Amino acid sequence: MDALDRVVKPKTKRAKRFLEKREPKLSENIKNAMLIKGGNANLTVTQVLRDVYALKKPYGILYKKKNITRPFEDQTSLEFFSKKSDCSLFMFGSHNKKRPNNLVIGRMYDYHVLDMIELGIEKFVSLKDIKNSKCPEGTKPMLIFAGDDFDVTEDYRRLKSLFIDFFRGPTVSNIRLAGLEFVLHFTALNGKIYFRSYKLLLKKSGCRTPRIELEEMGPSLDLVLRRTHLASDDLYKLSMKMPKALKPKKKKNVSHDTFGTTYGRIHMQKQDLSKLQTRKMKGLKKRPAERKAEDEENKSKRIKKN
Amino acid sequence: MEGQSVEELLAKAERDEAEKLQRITVHKELELEFDLGNLLASDRNPTTGLRHAGPTREAELKALARDNTQLLINQLWQLPTERVEEALVARLPEPSTRLPREKPVPRPRPLTRWQQFARLKGIRPKKKTNLVWDEVSGQWRRRWGYQRARDDTKEWLIEVPGNADPMEDQFAKRIQAKKERVAKNELNRLRNLARAHKMQLPSAAGMHPTGHQSKEELGRAMQVAKVSTASVGRFQERLPKEKAPRGSGKKRKFQPLFGDFAAERKSQLEMLRVMNSKKPQLDITRATNKQMREEDQEEAAKRRKMSQKGKRKGGRQGPGGKRKGGTPSQGGKRKGGLGGKMNSGPPGLSGKRKGGQHQGGKRRK
Repeated sequence: MDALDRVVKPKTKRAKRFLEKREPKLSENIKNAMLIKGGNANLTVTQVLRDVYALKKPYGILYKKKNITRPFEDQTSLEFFSKKSDCSLFMFGSHNKKRPNNLVIGRMYDYHVLDMIELGIEKFVSLKDIKNSKCPEGTKPMLIFAGDDFDVTEDYRRLKSLFIDFFRGPTVSNIRLAGLEFVLHFTALNGKIYFRSYKLLLKKSGCRTPRIELEEMGPSLDLVLRRTHLASDDLYKLSMKMPKALKPKKKKNVSHDTFGTTYGRIHMQKQDLSKLQTRKMKGLKKRPAERKAEDEENKSKRIKKN
Repeated sequence: MEGQSVEELLAKAERDEAEKLQRITVHKELELEFDLGNLLASDRNPTTGLRHAGPTREAELKALARDNTQLLINQLWQLPTERVEEALVARLPEPSTRLPREKPVPRPRPLTRWQQFARLKGIRPKKKTNLVWDEVSGQWRRRWGYQRARDDTKEWLIEVPGNADPMEDQFAKRIQAKKERVAKNELNRLRNLARAHKMQLPSAAGMHPTGHQSKEELGRAMQVAKVSTASVGRFQERLPKEKAPRGSGKKRKFQPLFGDFAAERKSQLEMLRVMNSKKPQLDITRATNKQMREEDQEEAAKRRKMSQKGKRKGGRQGPGGKRKGGTPSQGGKRKGGLGGKMNSGPPGLSGKRKGGQHQGGKRRK
């Protein structure tokens, strides 16, 4: 609904801008994340949420108070928060005896829960436990997924897509090569997922591309997959639908063959073959005497006809 | 001797090169998959090498990460770069991983009543100047808004017109007229909105599960699902207490089987007469109005196309061929062979013309 198409129109320009920022668009805003503590969150889980908030600044909101909800049973309060703060990604932390150090990560479509995956934290090393300099907030991280598990099961595939969505940051067209400082590395091994973040050090290597050295910097988590609540296939397809305007335009009249040659097709107008410019062969050129003789012949022919 | 030293030098240079390249090359069994638009790399190689590691796991993970990052950096350094304010900047391609949207695709708004009319007649908005010269204050003022050029509300004197009641309050009358205009505008806006909403609902709403559908949409979806079987829903069972749907078919009104004999006889004789008559029936006014409307539409469409084409690819040839079919409001059959196009005078002339002017309306095939 357009800001101007509501029954009650916004009275100020500021309100109108606020509504326009939140309405559905062709190319969307960067997804915000909300980080929520459950009723029984412990220190580990709280620290994890704070570290993820540091990674996701300024596209994240950290709620300081505890919220007594259970995401897997009742999603209405999550949806309410999402609507109020215009966030489509969320992370919910809780702790109880049955599920210790629990982290629910999920995303929304149209302010309703699309996917939700529950992960258990087995080991956690925080940002402040590793004492070195950190990179500035808001850097776009590089994401690397290792392990063939990420393509085998549907759960893992959705988890990979969820991680990319969560951590990728704004989509840019240019990037400063010296500003690539931050790597998030996800390894799937033995049913566990190891999440590590490193700071990049570019060393000289003699040629143009530098040699990489890594230094462990940020939060490192050992996660194990627990419950999942994935969207049905048709809802997922609906959420992936791309508007026609953004689909890549096909180039017409250009084709490639298997050897890599590019063929193009040009449409020409009809040529007047009598005026065609062919190769000039000097021997066939009419000499002036010959041309005169031809002209006289034509003239006499015309006189005869008349 | 010299030959040997030259050879040695060459060999040494080669070794140096190989060493340098070795520092940035990484050997992997399966190539990684890159999505440079998202700065993403996926390594499909199985992680069996790390299975046995216990205390050295961190170091092994770090080594794996270093290798993968090196490969990603190699790819990134091969992108086309440019220099922007003394920094080397690489141009990233479009991200290739498809991720779900956060909100649904915006729907195109249906046109308002005025927009439909303007489209039909080919009326384009006139470009107006921002400021207007105000005689009273002797300066340029804006056309509407705060301190506008001709402000009715600020007048201190209103002449009573000749035919008005001398006791009437002209100032109050003006304020009342303004209030009525505002209310009418608001009413039209709300009506346009209601029409737009009604138009949006029939378009397969409720067929896609979005999670927040109304009871009616769910009911309609259930109806459609019931009817979409091979026998068009004839053998679908209903739940024990479910009632049959009301009004789900098209309503057709038939005349009662026997009733008004005179009317029935008259209608049947009329039908026979029409069928027997060799000449086609033609309602001239209707036909001419239809023709005029179609011509208006064609002109409007042509003008729109020309302006669009002029904007996009300036200076190309005129519009493409004649557009087939008019507006949906024009459905229905044409009586009489109005085959060719009639030049009915300048376009934009509205209103009905009497049939007398267009005697040539009847064209026989």
